[in-house]
Amino acid sequence: MKPVREGSPWRGLWVVVAKEMADHLTSVRMGILEVIVLVTAAVTLYMALRNLPSGTSDFLFLRLFTTSQEPLPAFVGFLGVLVPLIAIALGFDSINGEFNRRTLSRVLAQPIYRDALLLGKFLGGLCTLALVLTAIWLMIIGLGIFRLGVPPTGEEVARGLLFLLATIAYGGIWLGLAMVFSVRFRQPATAALAAISVWLFFTVFWGMLVGLIVQAVAQWSGQVQLQVQLELFLARLSPHTLYVESILAILNPEVRALGPLLLVQFLQLEGWGVRSPLPLSQSLMLVWPQLTGLIAGTIVLFAIGYVLFQRQEIRA
Amino acid sequence: MNEIVIETHNLTKRYGDIVAVDNLNLTIRAGEVFGILGPNGSGKTTTILMLLGLTEPTDGWARVLGFDPMRQPLEVKSRVGYLPDQVGFYDELTAWENLAYTAKLNGLARPVAQRRINEALERMGLADVADRRVGTFSRGMRQRLGVAEILLKHPQVIILDEPTLGLDPEAAREFLQIIRTFKEEKITVLLSSHLLHQVQAVCDRVGLFSHGKMVVEGTVMELARQVLGGAYSVHLRAVGPDLTQALQKLPKTISVQRLNSDLYKVEAQEDIRGEVARVAVQVGAHVLSLGLEEPSLDEIYQRYFQGVTAA
Ligand SMILES: Nc1ncnc2c1ncn2[C@@H]1O[C@H](COP(=O)(O)OP(=O)(O)OP(=O)(O)O)[C@@H](O)[C@H]1O
Ligand SMILES: [Mg+2]
Repeated sequence: MKPVREGSPWRGLWVVVAKEMADHLTSVRMGILEVIVLVTAAVTLYMALRNLPSGTSDFLFLRLFTTSQEPLPAFVGFLGVLVPLIAIALGFDSINGEFNRRTLSRVLAQPIYRDALLLGKFLGGLCTLALVLTAIWLMIIGLGIFRLGVPPTGEEVARGLLFLLATIAYGGIWLGLAMVFSVRFRQPATAALAAISVWLFFTVFWGMLVGLIVQAVAQWSGQVQLQVQLELFLARLSPHTLYVESILAILNPEVRALGPLLLVQFLQLEGWGVRSPLPLSQSLMLVWPQLTGLIAGTIVLFAIGYVLFQRQEIRA
Repeated sequence: MNEIVIETHNLTKRYGDIVAVDNLNLTIRAGEVFGILGPNGSGKTTTILMLLGLTEPTDGWARVLGFDPMRQPLEVKSRVGYLPDQVGFYDELTAWENLAYTAKLNGLARPVAQRRINEALERMGLADVADRRVGTFSRGMRQRLGVAEILLKHPQVIILDEPTLGLDPEAAREFLQIIRTFKEEKITVLLSSHLLHQVQAVCDRVGLFSHGKMVVEGTVMELARQVLGGAYSVHLRAVGPDLTQALQKLPKTISVQRLNSDLYKVEAQEDIRGEVARVAVQVGAHVLSLGLEEPSLDEIYQRYFQGVTAA
């Protein structure tokens, strides 16, 4: 039986969070990524402002995020790539980095539990991500007010914040994954590659794989209903699908249902504004499962990392 | 007798089939400098990690300052300073910033932390380089920074794992001097090493580890007696009549050798210099010099492990 530990497992947590954030925000690695995000935001915002459909004035601010000009995708399209990249960059060497610098045993010899170190590193990464995304978000809204000459409505702000939250939660998944690998693999390069492979798998190959599986099932059973359900279920195992679906419904109030068809629609960014928009509460209901899925995924990944880290030998 | 600071009872650690530490019973009292001595893989580091609650024992228990390292690691770790065998710092931070992080993890208030950091750096001769990035530090400087980190906690116990590893002889000597100052401050020290003469130079007591067991334990003298047999060699230089017979009769004598006309070597179970002098004078010899040849830990170590491998 494990003995009961005394003392708070979170002692020293905020010290670790502050140190991690300071490290991230001053690191060259994050500097490069911040520049990339900034440039992306600036370019897509410029395109969006030029391409905003004239006449319609509904949800103009939300369209700043979703309007694109061929051949470039909209800002949300870029975020789907950049957020995992940043999150992985924030997490892939968090534990094995300490290990290789031989600082781990020294830090754990201080009066803190491993829990505080791991959660501190996770929160430090997540806060950094949130900080960067919020700054970009404010910049887009600010420039939008400046160029459009009107302030955003309450609903636009609410939807915008929800979009921000979903994006951070999506980052949390990849940060959690990167940290699991940073506990599991001694080499940071291995951890980074593993995390990027998983991300590529879910973003690029998962869709094709689901298509193949559904085709195979179709040959075996003719029930269309079953096929659609299966396809939806499988597709939603990918965090990428969950994220795309949630921001789709959050940023497009006209979206009334989520499914594979709409995904395609979203990728082409067409089919705007024919139907009447849903109120915020309805849109929220629509994406509730997706949002909770993203957050639950983050928690599960963190828990896996936690268990692995508690068992790990800390000596070199 | 001073109070017990570190105590273990049948402490055992297994890694699969490997027994890293095997039923270790250890008692260290306040103010002692205790040396753990043993070849590579004999379980020194594992023992230290269990004392700090950084590795879970498979069996048995340990108490440090009365606390259980498994149940109350925070209590233990806030009172014990630990220098790992390979100490690393954040290279991109300065020496001062590295210590500031440690101070915060220890929950020291800012003014206290600042004072203690400056004191510790000063004491370890690092005050001039406090604002230099640790990436530029030499091995010796890092090691001293490691001690500075320990000092800022004001610990009651200091545990050093191979503290002189990789230091040049001069730096190692300075390091031993520092360990002696701990002793003057009544801090209990546990240090592991395989550099025997260094252990001998600073430790009050020594435990010889082999395959996870502490095979012999005690002062260097006691160890010598256990391992070498009669460990005390008394050298007597005296002119006059042959003393061999008379010295042989002393109760604690094991053997007497006359190395040349006026030099005798007496092997004894105890320090019998007094008796030797008395006997020499009684017989009517002129004593020129009388000395005790201290057993060297090197000899003990070699002799012990020769015996073990031969067996
Ligand atoms: N994580 C581990 N998994 C398996 N075996 C281990 C592990 N850590 C240590 N050991 C084994 O435990 C034994 C004791 O190791 P330990 O590091 O305590 O020795 P040591 O006396 O400190 O040696 P050294 O002088 O080389 O530092 C060794 O046989 C080692 O191989
Ligand atoms: Mg060791």
